[in-house]
Amino acid sequence: MSTASVLAPKPPPPAATPRKPRRRETTSTWRLTDRIGLAFAWLLGLLFCAIAASIVIYLLIQGLRYVRPSLLVTHPTVGYTENQTGGFLDPMIGTLLVALIAMAIAMPVGIATAVWLSEYGRPSALARVAESTVEMLAGTPSIVLALFGTLIFEAPALGFLSQTTGGVVYGRSFFAAGALLSLIALPLVVATVREGLQSIPGHVREASYAVGKTKIATTRRVLLPAVRPSVITGAMLGVGRVIGDTAIIVVLLGSTLNLEGVGSVPLLGTLRGTGSTLTSYIFYNAPTGDGNQPDKAYAAAFVLLMLVLVLNVVVDVFARRAKKLRWG
Amino acid sequence: MGLSTPPPVRRLTGREQLIPAAAQERSEPPTDPAAAASTNGNGHHPSAPPTPAAPGSGFVAAPRRVARSSVAIDRMQVEDVSVSYGPKVAVNSVSLPIRQGEVLALIGPSGCGKTTLLRSLNRLTELTKGTSFSGQIVLDGVDIAEMEPTALRRRVTMVFQQPNPFPMSVFDNVAYVLREQASRRPKRKNLRGAVQDALTRAGLYDEVADNLDHPALRLSGGQQQRLCIARALAAEPEVLLLDEPCSALDPQSTKVIEELIVRLRDEVAIVIVTHNLQQAYRVADYVGFMYLGELVEYGSAQTMFGSAREQRTREYVSGAFG
Repeated sequence: MSTASVLAPKPPPPAATPRKPRRRETTSTWRLTDRIGLAFAWLLGLLFCAIAASIVIYLLIQGLRYVRPSLLVTHPTVGYTENQTGGFLDPMIGTLLVALIAMAIAMPVGIATAVWLSEYGRPSALARVAESTVEMLAGTPSIVLALFGTLIFEAPALGFLSQTTGGVVYGRSFFAAGALLSLIALPLVVATVREGLQSIPGHVREASYAVGKTKIATTRRVLLPAVRPSVITGAMLGVGRVIGDTAIIVVLLGSTLNLEGVGSVPLLGTLRGTGSTLTSYIFYNAPTGDGNQPDKAYAAAFVLLMLVLVLNVVVDVFARRAKKLRWG
Repeated sequence: MGLSTPPPVRRLTGREQLIPAAAQERSEPPTDPAAAASTNGNGHHPSAPPTPAAPGSGFVAAPRRVARSSVAIDRMQVEDVSVSYGPKVAVNSVSLPIRQGEVLALIGPSGCGKTTLLRSLNRLTELTKGTSFSGQIVLDGVDIAEMEPTALRRRVTMVFQQPNPFPMSVFDNVAYVLREQASRRPKRKNLRGAVQDALTRAGLYDEVADNLDHPALRLSGGQQQRLCIARALAAEPEVLLLDEPCSALDPQSTKVIEELIVRLRDEVAIVIVTHNLQQAYRVADYVGFMYLGELVEYGSAQTMFGSAREQRTREYVSGAFG
């Protein structure tokens, strides 16, 4: 009998006075300082939203007013009025080219650096140096990098990367600009991939070692596939920075609006030659620039902004996917 | 299954060279008369156990599962092993045998060195900086210190506390183990049999047969852990190490895995670390109780849970400390 009473369900607790449904917590119970803080946070948040929104809306309106499909497929020409100066096909191709060159350099170097820093980190003194170098690179103004780039690419040994006339290396080409732009993308790639690698729990690596795999095999087959979303995020962030940079383009791509190839080899000639990108096109056509065609500048700015927005959405999607499939 | 079943591939050509001695020895009966004799003395549990003490409070003293009659084979011998991390001694002079046909459970409170001892069995401890090791561990007559770590770890595989399938498909998780390092060969169709075999042995094949290409991280926690066991079995190891394999799982999945462990003990020597006494009681044939880095007592599960010699063991299994 006694065991039965233990096993029997407990009688319900004595009926208390029926509880009122709890009201949502309001800030009226907060201390004054907390309420001021909250209001301040809200205000700042809204302010930044408003700033971002006004930039986008302004450019949307201005851009939509001037952007025409024909602009995207016509070459720029020199002229005095807006209808003489053509479109910005060449700057768009230029943007694509520098982005491709920069990422072709930044991705392998960045991923390798991230893997080394995160998985090996030896010798540790060298790893620390590499780490601060990458950080320093991230903080260097791009005009400084550009200046440094002219120094490098005017060297006779690198003459094959740009136009050379009478022994004088011009030092300005898609190769030169792309190479220096890769330094801008590099810190972003390294940081994102490294963060991705570090978020993989140690026991996942050990699980691979515990079935007889080497560190290299583990990195290649387990870790790198696991950080693929981070790699894509890093690439997109890098591209965003690269296509938005102006200083390196203006200094290192030469200041020709059109693609001016060197030599007769089709693609290589273009890459060795000079040209422009959307940013240098905007710079040239801004009211303060040599071209002074603000309508064209607005139209190009609109296209550039759309590109960056699309990239941001892609980054967002992949960053979210990176969080999805994870170890508990 | 309407699929045509491929011929079971038990062994790969590439790996035969990797572990020739082990491959042959697996099917051999025990040759060491001393080992066989000791097994006959201790390994057999009477079918009616002498009312073992209930570990922990509220423990239901269900009869232990019936011991089977197969003969245990000596696989590993741990001799006077000490491991320390810098100045901290984690494992202090431990000696015990590891036999196929029996499940060995290492029990003890947190930080007593049981996981460290387990990890030293396949030299995973070496991956931690500042670890020093003394003593000797012998696998099938060969000192593991003289083996290539990667070769050793294919013969002594491990399953971890957290289910950690690799971020690839269910199939590739197992195939990865069967392939040489980072290679993509042998091709998928040549591995199908071996992968199916490993998944079947881990009791997972029927559940994933239609989803072999799905990401392994989409499986439930219990399925993930069984996939990890399948992965560990795919290398056809002599010894399987389990580091608290059920501590992240729900009771139902735990039950499935415990049954799996008991089923596997004849194929592979199993060492399980657990701080769940009931689990040790349910799955183990032999139990080692560790405390503060020392092996306080080692004996058959019957003895350890019924009439342990050491005071500390009795206190621990009765739940006096933990």
